[in-house]
Formats: sequence, C-alpha cells, structure tokens
Amino acid sequence: MGQKLKLIKNAADRKVPALVNGVKAIPFKGVSRYSPKGVKAAPPIRSCNDYPSSGNKVVGSLKEALKKCGVKNGMTISNHHHFRNGDLVMNQVFDTAAKMGVKNLRWFPSASFPCHEPMIKHMENGVIHHIEGSLNGPLGNYASDGKMKGLAVLRSHGGRWQAIQDGEVHIDIAIIAAPTADPFGNCTGDRGPSACGLLGFGLADSLYADHVVVVTDNLVDFPCVPWQIQGNNVDHVVVLDKVGEPEKIVSGTTQITKSPDRLFIAELTAKFVKAAGIMQDGFSFQAGAGGTALAFAIYLRELMKESGVKARFIRGGSTKYLVEMLEGGLTDFILDGQTFDLEGVRSMRENLGHINTSPFTSYNWHGKGNFASILDAVVLGATEVDINFNANVVTHSDGQMLHGIGGWQNCLFSKCTILPIPSFRNRIPIIVDEVTTLVGPGELIDVIITERGIAINPKREDLIKATKRSGLPIRKIEEIKEEVDDLVGAPLDKPEFTDEVVGVVKWVDGTVIDSIFKVNK
Amino acid sequence: MATRQYTSGNLQRKSDFCVTYIPAKSGKIITTIHSKTAVLHGSKLHDICSTTLSDLHISYGRLEVTDTGGQYFVLKARIEAVVKAANPKAVAESLPEFKKHAHYKSREDRFRRSRLYLPGNQAKLMLNAGIHKPDAIILDIEDSVALAEKNTARLIVRNALRTLDFFGAERMVRINQGKTGLKDLEAVIPHNVHLILVPKVETAKQLIEVDEKIQAIRKDCGRKEPVFLMPILESASGILNSLEIAKASKNNVAIAIGLEDYTADIGVERTNQGRESLFARSQVVNAARSAGIQAIDTVFSDVNDEDALRESVREAKEIGFDGKGCIHPRQIKPIHEEFAPTEPEIEKAKKIVRAFDEAETKGLGVVSLGSKMIDPPVVKRAQNTINLAMATGLVPKNWKRK
Repeated sequence: MGQKLKLIKNAADRKVPALVNGVKAIPFKGVSRYSPKGVKAAPPIRSCNDYPSSGNKVVGSLKEALKKCGVKNGMTISNHHHFRNGDLVMNQVFDTAAKMGVKNLRWFPSASFPCHEPMIKHMENGVIHHIEGSLNGPLGNYASDGKMKGLAVLRSHGGRWQAIQDGEVHIDIAIIAAPTADPFGNCTGDRGPSACGLLGFGLADSLYADHVVVVTDNLVDFPCVPWQIQGNNVDHVVVLDKVGEPEKIVSGTTQITKSPDRLFIAELTAKFVKAAGIMQDGFSFQAGAGGTALAFAIYLRELMKESGVKARFIRGGSTKYLVEMLEGGLTDFILDGQTFDLEGVRSMRENLGHINTSPFTSYNWHGKGNFASILDAVVLGATEVDINFNANVVTHSDGQMLHGIGGWQNCLFSKCTILPIPSFRNRIPIIVDEVTTLVGPGELIDVIITERGIAINPKREDLIKATKRSGLPIRKIEEIKEEVDDLVGAPLDKPEFTDEVVGVVKWVDGTVIDSIFKVNK
Repeated sequence: MATRQYTSGNLQRKSDFCVTYIPAKSGKIITTIHSKTAVLHGSKLHDICSTTLSDLHISYGRLEVTDTGGQYFVLKARIEAVVKAANPKAVAESLPEFKKHAHYKSREDRFRRSRLYLPGNQAKLMLNAGIHKPDAIILDIEDSVALAEKNTARLIVRNALRTLDFFGAERMVRINQGKTGLKDLEAVIPHNVHLILVPKVETAKQLIEVDEKIQAIRKDCGRKEPVFLMPILESASGILNSLEIAKASKNNVAIAIGLEDYTADIGVERTNQGRESLFARSQVVNAARSAGIQAIDTVFSDVNDEDALRESVREAKEIGFDGKGCIHPRQIKPIHEEFAPTEPEIEKAKKIVRAFDEAETKGLGVVSLGSKMIDPPVVKRAQNTINLAMATGLVPKNWKRK
C-alpha cells in the first residue's frame, strides 16, 4: 500500500519523506553538498573453527544453506543481477523460504527482471515484505499501484554499494549465483554453461553480508582461478542442475538498432563527440548496450579510424563492438562493468586489456574517487528530460515505475554527459516542462541529442563554443520542445498523483532526491 | 438483424489507431476509447473524436477507438474513413489544421536525386522522414497500400500533407491508376502536394487525363501553384511511347521507370546487372532529355545491401539518370554521395563558371576557356554540377570568393 508520510522539501524542491521503511532518511542537499562522517559497516568476525579445514563448503540444498545461515522473519536477502532475465536462482530461493515458513523478508537485488514476476506471489503471501532494487515490468506496476507493503527504494549501482558500505542496508544473506565455483567458494562469471562475464554487482554483498551463499551449476576442483569473488568471504556452496538460461543471460549477437531515426541520433552523437574536441588520442568514453548506444560506438569507431585516434579506455557494458575496438588497437583497455554478449565474455577470459570492475571502483560516491568521473564522455538514455536538463529514468510520464537507475546517476559525473534520445515516443514528448521524477539534476547533464536537433546545456559554454561552427543542428531545448509538442498535440493531461508515496529515489550519496507517488487511476 | 459495422485499421499495428463505427438513425453518439495512455491522452482523444464527428455531421451511432499510439491526424482520417464507408455519398471533410511548415514551395528544376517511398497508411514512418533529408518524399497510395486501406490511406495522406513538416523535401504523392487515381487527386491537390507520380503510364492520353483533372481541381480550390507531374513507365508500351508521354504536359518535370512491372511485362527476370532493362532505361533517359526534363531511375529495394545500392546508383548516373527511388532512409545518403560530382568534374565546372562570370563582367558575348569556346549548354551543365556539389557539401556556398 502507498504510505501517507510526513514530507519535507529537499534542495531540489521535491517533496520527500524523512522516514523510509522505518529508517531515517536524509533529504537531498544538492550535488556534492553532503559528506557523511563515521566508519563503514563491517561483517561479523568469523573463525576457521567453524568452517571445514578441507575447504569443502558444499551443502546439499538451498534449504540447507538457508537453514545454516539462520534464515528468519524480517531478514534481508540479496543477489546480483548478472544473470539478467535468465536468472533461475532467486525464484527458487524465495520458494524455499516460503516452504520454510519464513515471512517479511526484504529482497535486495542489484536489479530485478521480468523473470522475477513470481515474487509478486511472495509479496501477496507475506514471504517478501518489500523489494529494494530496480523494479521493471510487472514488479514495477505492482509497486506503482501501491500494492507493495514497503516503499520501493531505487538506487544507482554506486548508490547500492554506498548503502551497503555505509550500513544503510544490512544484508543478512547474500546469494551469489556463479557460473563456475570451487567447493571453497571461489567463483567466477567468465566461464561455465551459464557464463555471464563478471560478478562485480555481487562483490559488495560478498564483503559485507553476514552470510554468503554461492550457488553454481559448474563446480570445479579447488582452486577456481582466476576468481572474481573470493571464497574466504563465502559460507556455503550449493550446486544446482542449472542456475541460468544462457540465451537470456547473454545474447550471441547484440542487436544494433534498425530504426533510421535512432541510427541518425547515434550518428549525430558520434559527430558531436568529435566536433566538441572530445575524441582525441588518449580519451575515454562509456556506451552501454542499448540499440542507440551500440550504434553510437560503431559510428565513433569509424570516426576514430578516419582520424587515427586511439582511446585510453572504454567503459562497458562490453559487447562485441567494444571487443573489436580493443582487439583492433583502437583502445588500450575495456573497463567492464557487465558483459552483454558472448564475445565480451570471451574477451574477458582472453584479453589482458579487458578489465573487471565493480561498482566500488567505478561508481561508489563514498570512496576516494571513482572511475566514472574520469570519463571524457558518457552516452545515456532517459524517459524524460525537462527544459532545465533535469532527467528521469525510473518513471514514465504516466507516473508508472518501469526502469531501474543502473549506473546512470553515477555516470552523470563524467566530463561530458550526453543523452541521445528520440524527441517523442508515439504521442509522448520526451522533453517536458518538469520531469515526473527527478533522478538526475540538470547541472550534471550537458547535451541532449534528438533526431530534431542537439541541445547543449547553457552552463556548458565551452561545448557551445567548440561546436558553434561544426554544422551540427544545435538548437535551444525550448525550440525542439515546441516543435515536438506541436507534432504530438501536447500539452498532455497530467496524471493525478495522490499524496501516497510508493517509492523513493536515492541520490549517489544516499540522500533522497525524489519520491514516487501513487497515481489516481 | 445486426447493424453493419465499419472498421478502419488493425489492432496489431503499433503507433496507429483502429476505429469502428456502427451507424444509427437516432439516439446519440456513443464513443468508447481504449488507450494504454488514457491518463495522459484521455481528454484530447475524446476531443478529437467529437470534433471530427461533428465536422462530418454525425450525431448518432457508436464509435469505438483503440489507440496503439498513432498521431491525431491519423485518428481523424480513420474516423472520416469509417463514416464515409457508411455514407459513401457524404462530402463533408474533417481537416486538421494546415500548419505553416506545410506551405513551402517547390521548383521545376530542383534536385530529385533521392525520392523516399512511404506507404500512405503508415503515418508512423512519415513523422521523421524529413530529417533524413531526401530530395523528395512520396506518400504512396498505390502499390504499398492494400485495397482495403486505400480509402483510409488517401485521407491519411491528405491529413499528413496539412500536418507534417518534411523539412524542405519535395512533397510528392503517388496516386492509383484510373478512376481511383482521380479520387486520390481530389483529396490531395488542395493541400500543397508539389508533384504527382502517375503510375503505369502507357500513353500520352492517360497523362493528359490526369493533368486535366488536376487543372479542374486547382480551379475549384483556387490553387495558384502548379502541380508537377512525374509519369512512371512500367511496361513495354510505356517505354515505346516515352517521348510522347514526356512531352504530353508542360507540368512534367521528370519521367521515371519502374522495373519490377517492366521486367514482368517483357517476360524476363530482373537481375542486378540489369542488362534486360538497358534499352528501356536508355530510352527513358533520351526521351527525358529530348523533352528537357529529368530522368529518374527505378527503386533499389534491398535495404541491407549498401554496396549494391551504390553500384546501382553509379550505373544509373553513367546511363544518364538524375535520381533513384528508395524505400528506407538509410539509402538516402549513399544515393546522394554517388550522384555527387567527382573532384575533377567539380574543378572543371568551377573553371567554366568562372570563365562565364568573367565574360559577363567584361561584357563579352562569347565564353572561352583557354583556346576553347564554351557553348551555353556547357555552362548550364557546369552550374548544375556546382549546385549538386554544394548540395552534397563538397563545395562551400561561397566557393567563388575562395
């Protein structure tokens, strides 16, 4: 159910609750305005007295593992999402918990997928109290409709690490699905029938949880090398017949968009990166696996070849296109956060320049720096952008929660943040007067690239100057908005929001940047 | 007895509408709207339905609208189509606003290197077509539209002509053959269509009939601007009568060849090499030149084979064609690039144009380059080459000052 909470206005002028799922929350103070004090959280001290000296931590079943972890009502169970929509483990974990009669669990995934729809049943029957993690598809609708008992708490990948590390979220039991593992618990994602590349999203869980269970369908003799998760942090190992559906974990081929408009946007984006002087020897960029982002990487690759420019590093979501650039000498390194296709997985095993990263190295705001801010350019998506360049990635204009934040907020700190997005979807304009949900403050968003023109944030006078004579279609954001509004027949009706909160969006520093309200249907 | 119902659209097609109308003789009008985005679009959808029905003088019956994300001008066209299906004699129209950006003009001698075909009943493809900068956009009511959708497509095309910005592309419509084609003309001529493609022309008489109908409609609606014509020759007879057809109307600005039907007509396979159509294509080029108009090559239909497209454009250019048809925005850039003049062609043209300018400044009657005299047609061709080079971005607009 949605919650009627006492709301306060934060620095972005958005109404947010001071209490989130019973825990005190700090309202957003502004970009880079909040620095907490204190010490990090830590897992309990363990002793070799309690673990087999043979190093064999294999137990008979998920049930046995949960039992040994002392599963009980109200605990928090976490997992990584490297299996994406091919995950076969987490539904089994909660089915098992249900059979054991456990109630009111908090599920804390790094992201959820449509394959997790059965969790709705567990929320209905009280096994799961609420989910904290990205909510897509059916789970998003369930929470948007105010049916979930607790608030949805949406965090970025970096924000999830921060929340665990700062002690904001305490994980009782971490489940780490692993494509290959040894009986000691060392494990890796880069090989095995369910290979998914890396396991970086499970790293914090392995370091900070009270109990860590590795679940694999490919048990190898000790030692599993190179390991990505260290067995010394693992309590138990469970072997199942099958932990994931490979074709849903990674696709054999990553699809570039066929839409002429999106290709056009991708090409404009590559040209912009060149025209703005970003594409220089030793530069770096990040582009994910969305159809437009992939096409952007390909267009940029051609421009790099033409100009004889080599990158120092590219941050992925790795795909075969990034691998081609690495193997073709167009970049020294791929710093990989998650692997999107089989070529990426192969490259991770074979190429010394293909590096595993984690949300700690790339994104965590409460650390001594992170990689995202070092990037010269990032290319990201959005569901809405407003005329002040504020952007939304979690809700649609109708107020429904449908997407996770991923690394999106963390990437905003790059030197040039570019959002290549279509200017409208059906009759819904993407550029709006005010975003439905504030996820990224406009001061961090530099360029919006649509098929109808490029809008540069007026704050970035340097970019405006650099691209003035480029011949690119650079326009005012208001002008593009007006053109699209005219085409689709805006203004649209506004969804009627109730005062019931169904979720909150956290900023990278753990403060609350916005709330998601239930829509009166 | 069940009342007849009339439907326009298809529930499976995304970014469109499906409209069903059940007429009644009395009572009131009941409108039901199914939309996944009712929260955002509900009031506007109701508004469009009620104003459209009122424009069409419909006060009784049931209207059911399923919204899959189409634009409002499509909804208006589909409502008008079902109402007209129920009352074939009704003449009232429901026109969307005629937008400012839909009023620009064309020119007889503009480039027609690329012309992008878009099915007249798929507005989704029209919305951003202009941003890809084809020389022309063809809203097609002929072969790409199924028989059942013809009446709706005609209205969608009409509404699109009034609503959409094609960003400077020439606004073309391909009409149907015969009587249906004449009906198409009535729908589109008053709405700033620049050029009509007339399919499967075999005789000058067919073209003249279309031209006369256009003139009659122009007079009725008070349209001052001319309507250009591009007959498409798609049969042996058409090819053999090409000169007569090319010269049949002063509104002809180009003639085109359609090879799919032509090869079928002469009973051969269409090949990539195109030996089977060399005669026909050369004939079209010669007829066009003789009539002083442009010659336009057939459509290249393999969207995924860019190399073959480029090869085919190079060949068309060699034979003497000025343009090529395409069916996907991705094909536009390769077509423009291949039709662009080569570096030596540009340099030669610059010299000729400079020599002409010099002769003019000096008041000389004769233009000469070195020891050679240059004829006026050569100057004109050189100017054309420069224009083409400018359009492709190979020569800056102020090249004379450099």
